[in-house]
Amino acid sequence: MTDLLTPVLSENWADERAWKLTNYERRGGYRALRKALSTTPADVMNTVKDSGLRGRGGAGFPTGMKWSFVPKDNPNPKYLVVNADESEPGTCKDMPLMLASPHTLVEGVIISSYAIGCAYAFIYCRGEVLHVIRRLQQAVREAYSAGYAGKNILGSGYDLEVVVHAGAGAYICGEETALLDSLEGRRGQPRLRPPFPAVAGLYASPTVVNNVESIASVPSIIDRGAAWFSSMGTEKSKGMTIYSLSGHVQRPGQFEAPLGITLRQLLELSGGIREGHELKFWTPGGSSTPILTAEHLDLPLDYEGMAAAGTMLGTKALQCFDETTSVVRTTLRWIEFYKHESCGKCTPCREGNWWLVQILSKFEAGKGEEGDIEKLLDIADDMGGRSFCALADGAVACLTSAIKHFRGEFELGMKTPAWELFPYERSALFAPATQGAHA
Amino acid sequence: MTVTAKPGEVVASDLITVFVDGTEVSVPKGTLAIRAAEMIGVAIPRFCDHPLLDPVGACRQCLVEVPDMGNGRGMPKPQASCTLECAPGMKIQTQNTSAVAAKAQKGMIEFLLINHPLDCPICDKGGECPLQNQAMSNGAGESRYDGVKRTFPKPVSISAQILLDRERCILCARCTRFSEQISGDPFITLVERGALQQVGFYEDQPYNSYFSGNVIQICPVGALTSVSYRFQSRPFDLVSTPTTCEHCAGGCQLRTDHRHFQVKRRLAGDAPEINEEWNCDKGRFAFRSARGDDRLTRPLVRDNGVLRVASWPEAIDAAVAGLRAAGTQVGVLTGGRLTLEDAYGYSKFARAVLGTNNIDFRSRPHSAEEAAFLANRVAGRALDTDTLSYTALQGAKQVILVAFEPEEEAAMVFLRLRKAVRKNGLKVVSVAPYASNGSVKLNAELVATVPGTEPEVLAGLSADADTIVLVGERAAAIPGALTAAADFAERTGARLGWIPRRAGDRGAVEAGCLPNLLPGARPAGEVLARVDVQAAWGVDGLPTLPGLDADAQLAAAAREGLALVVAGIEPSDFTNAAEVREGLEAAPFVVSLEQRLSEVTERADVVFPIALIEERPGHFMNWEHRRRRVNTVIEQPNQPMTDLRVLAALAEALGRPLGVRTARQALTELDELGVWDGERQPLARTRGVAAPAPDELALATWRELIDGSRGNDNEPALLATAKAVVARTSPEVADAHGLSDAVTIAGNGGWLTLPLEIVPGMAPDTVWVPTHAPGTPLSELGLVHGDSVTVSSPAAALDRGDGFDRGEGGVA
Repeated sequence: MTDLLTPVLSENWADERAWKLTNYERRGGYRALRKALSTTPADVMNTVKDSGLRGRGGAGFPTGMKWSFVPKDNPNPKYLVVNADESEPGTCKDMPLMLASPHTLVEGVIISSYAIGCAYAFIYCRGEVLHVIRRLQQAVREAYSAGYAGKNILGSGYDLEVVVHAGAGAYICGEETALLDSLEGRRGQPRLRPPFPAVAGLYASPTVVNNVESIASVPSIIDRGAAWFSSMGTEKSKGMTIYSLSGHVQRPGQFEAPLGITLRQLLELSGGIREGHELKFWTPGGSSTPILTAEHLDLPLDYEGMAAAGTMLGTKALQCFDETTSVVRTTLRWIEFYKHESCGKCTPCREGNWWLVQILSKFEAGKGEEGDIEKLLDIADDMGGRSFCALADGAVACLTSAIKHFRGEFELGMKTPAWELFPYERSALFAPATQGAHA
Repeated sequence: MTVTAKPGEVVASDLITVFVDGTEVSVPKGTLAIRAAEMIGVAIPRFCDHPLLDPVGACRQCLVEVPDMGNGRGMPKPQASCTLECAPGMKIQTQNTSAVAAKAQKGMIEFLLINHPLDCPICDKGGECPLQNQAMSNGAGESRYDGVKRTFPKPVSISAQILLDRERCILCARCTRFSEQISGDPFITLVERGALQQVGFYEDQPYNSYFSGNVIQICPVGALTSVSYRFQSRPFDLVSTPTTCEHCAGGCQLRTDHRHFQVKRRLAGDAPEINEEWNCDKGRFAFRSARGDDRLTRPLVRDNGVLRVASWPEAIDAAVAGLRAAGTQVGVLTGGRLTLEDAYGYSKFARAVLGTNNIDFRSRPHSAEEAAFLANRVAGRALDTDTLSYTALQGAKQVILVAFEPEEEAAMVFLRLRKAVRKNGLKVVSVAPYASNGSVKLNAELVATVPGTEPEVLAGLSADADTIVLVGERAAAIPGALTAAADFAERTGARLGWIPRRAGDRGAVEAGCLPNLLPGARPAGEVLARVDVQAAWGVDGLPTLPGLDADAQLAAAAREGLALVVAGIEPSDFTNAAEVREGLEAAPFVVSLEQRLSEVTERADVVFPIALIEERPGHFMNWEHRRRRVNTVIEQPNQPMTDLRVLAALAEALGRPLGVRTARQALTELDELGVWDGERQPLARTRGVAAPAPDELALATWRELIDGSRGNDNEPALLATAKAVVARTSPEVADAHGLSDAVTIAGNGGWLTLPLEIVPGMAPDTVWVPTHAPGTPLSELGLVHGDSVTVSSPAAALDRGDGFDRGEGGVA
């Protein structure tokens, strides 16, 4: 069974003090950097293109192609910005990676910057995870001391400054243009596009924004070659990736496997759903991807497979919920999250989520009314595809898919409170701290 | 044939064709879909969109369907038409032809209303509210929302003038974008997130912008209101009249709303070539100054030393008797409030009725050099939008400001310059003692200049035909400055503009309210010019003696028995207020035509009450030489008398009829007279003053937009937004004189103590003070720009026994 796993990014996570430079180098760390510097930036870019690496942040845009969009004739400096603002509910792949092996990312940053031709790279890290930020800062300091960053890297004549920037805790700053605004010191709100970041991004200069995992995959591709990378995965979804299993599973955690593995296989690796229970519904890539049910267990978890099922691969945050879970309650919690995280810039997201929370709260309390399900769907229809950025699309994705698969539960929500239908303590993984707190 | 496009003009090759609801329309490249729709009369509902602000796409109200981007492919989602640039062949389907667009728009209105209070019946905006209107035109009749609305304590003051009711706000960001993009005063911004997002401000730095009123006007809901208009009226009870602002020489189009014979509010009118859709807070809020208890409604005559109410015939008889006795020993001071027609009336009255060239509109520091400059370079010039206009400023590559602070002295010029800086990369160079707030917002290059040395500094700058040099009114106080500006323009090919500060100034030049000028730019000393005018007026002769300027008239009144006819002047506007008072006091006879009691009426022998700006028609000529129409806003059964009618009545009684008594007649006559095509009066070069002595500093000063001017009276909320009154000097001067947070400035036998702001990069040996701060006008000390003064710390001044007390000034 375990041969399904292909630990590359996570290979050294269990090493003693894996985050230290010496331990990273002992495993061949920064070998890829030397190799990259001995070739041209164009060669590096072509290798990444050939590997078929696609963005691991959710959208799955080919990474090499994104790099090639940076205009060559623009007189402004170019920038690489790593999106380390991982905040999608259920997602926890970038944080463990940066915590366990920050040098994998730092090496990727340096190689990628070399390929793009930029002299400044930024790692925009979610502000709440102070321990990760410290590891990153430490790793960047070590890289500077070892001559991997700074002036004249390894005698190649290539200069690069790497800056670790701590965000201030807004989900919206995971949206790349909001991230850039935040990085510039403004309030994080999405920018109008066009111009796209590749043309006018950070400080109105050409900018590549990539997810942590995408950039961290680059050293292995350079080290072992595009063919090695593309030998893994499926036809259009190449390579290995980190799947994060959480929820009602026996052994939650990160599982690095080739794209196209199924949830059934991943559940087998993680010991299955908790004892005595069965899978009810799950998210393929965080709450912004429409939910799936047990009938989708054998779908390949790659970009195409998920799109074919009407959902998205997203961040590969597989949140699994068993039969004790109220869909209504779960949806409400998610929409509460979107309401809280809506930046407020555009009307449908700001007002729509505010409204949805109020209606869903009625359903949770068993006080949904005739016509409220249609109202929910109609509000979702007025939000989805109408908002400034994709945040509202993500919000309505979990709602509409929940109604699609579990409409009956919403109908029950017109009579019976969710806590009666699905006593909350039964779905809790840990015993509540105090009994009777709900009453 | 070659077609050459003027800047901003569209040639056919720039046009692309799109289809809006199936109708073909050609638009310039770069046009937004929402504008293309407007061009064929399709109104797409919108809130955040404003044609003069950068697109933001925040409210999502203007969604349309795009089944074809012009390349055969459609857009999968509805698009915000306010951010969507037209592409050749693009198909745009609005709510009229697309069910998807119509539903999206309806949904958006519903979203906007869920957290919006239904307080339309008590909201100032109700009746003229885009949200209300578009909810009716594009929304569902009823809301499906039965939840809890977001509420906020109301209202909050974002400045002394502007109030914010946050629960009404729909977060379109028009006000914050205006502040950032147009006026450059980013003291308000959106804060918080989600439905709790709101317009926020920094309590230590309130929104004291000279342009703050515009945010009320562009707010698409009733979230922003002014202290002065809040709850004063309902829009549908008001009568609106387009007219022109009477404050500065900008010539802004206004919309003046009145009810019950009172102006209730003023809004910026829509004049794309002039003020676009903006105006300044003075123009918007300062209109009640003459509506107080001191308004004159009946004539007054002096009886045994005391003014008493008189009938019109009695007052006219009294004035005529006094003027008869004075003969040609009379002077006419007209001030800056007059319309072109009124100014013409005074000019003609002085020459043809009183028989004197003693007439001057300049109730401020002035010089013979300036009079010659105005005759040579300004009078008789016509509007030429290509060379000298707001549009020309926008198209220039470089603008050099000499003795001119646009934000303070001509606010719309400032906004246009800022637009050009932002959009066209205009370079602004400011020849000034320090980088003022306005200069900073224009990203201007400061040429730090010691007052008095402007001519030499200007001579050292470079320019070409794409440069415009703008000189302000205080250039008159700098010997040689105006001549130097004219020389500079001549030498470099740069264009030269003179931007006076008051609405009536440019028209007064045209009408001949100067001792050296007859109407239509005719030199008063030129016999052919006089013959011209004489013939047109049908009079036997015109005065040949050179006239006295305003200061000389007042001196003559004080010492040689000159009588005075005075329109709107204030002693504190002049170089030396005491000398003005002395002149008025000593003059054997003073006739005053005024709107309200003043220092002049107090000393006058006969006072005639004059109509307010909203009670009479006419024109102002703005700095562009453009005539701007003033309309009668308030019609009433007994319309108050205008200056012209009073002058006509006096002339009649004096036996030398004026020939005109209405604005229309005056303008017709002025136009028939035409412009002088003969030789102009030459420039009069004046040598610069000597540099200050080693222990002295040069005084720099200008008037601020919201200052102690009487035009701001009865507007406490407006005055509360005035800039703090401070003096400014360089760190070097502060060090050398031991100054820290306050300074005592002494000169001309008087002194003044003000809080001190130390400005790095300021011109050496210079101290700046505002010309007319409330309570401390510099004219009380008789000091002008360029004078020598000494500075000391207030404590040192006390030790010396200067008699300093509590930051006020005095004359020793």
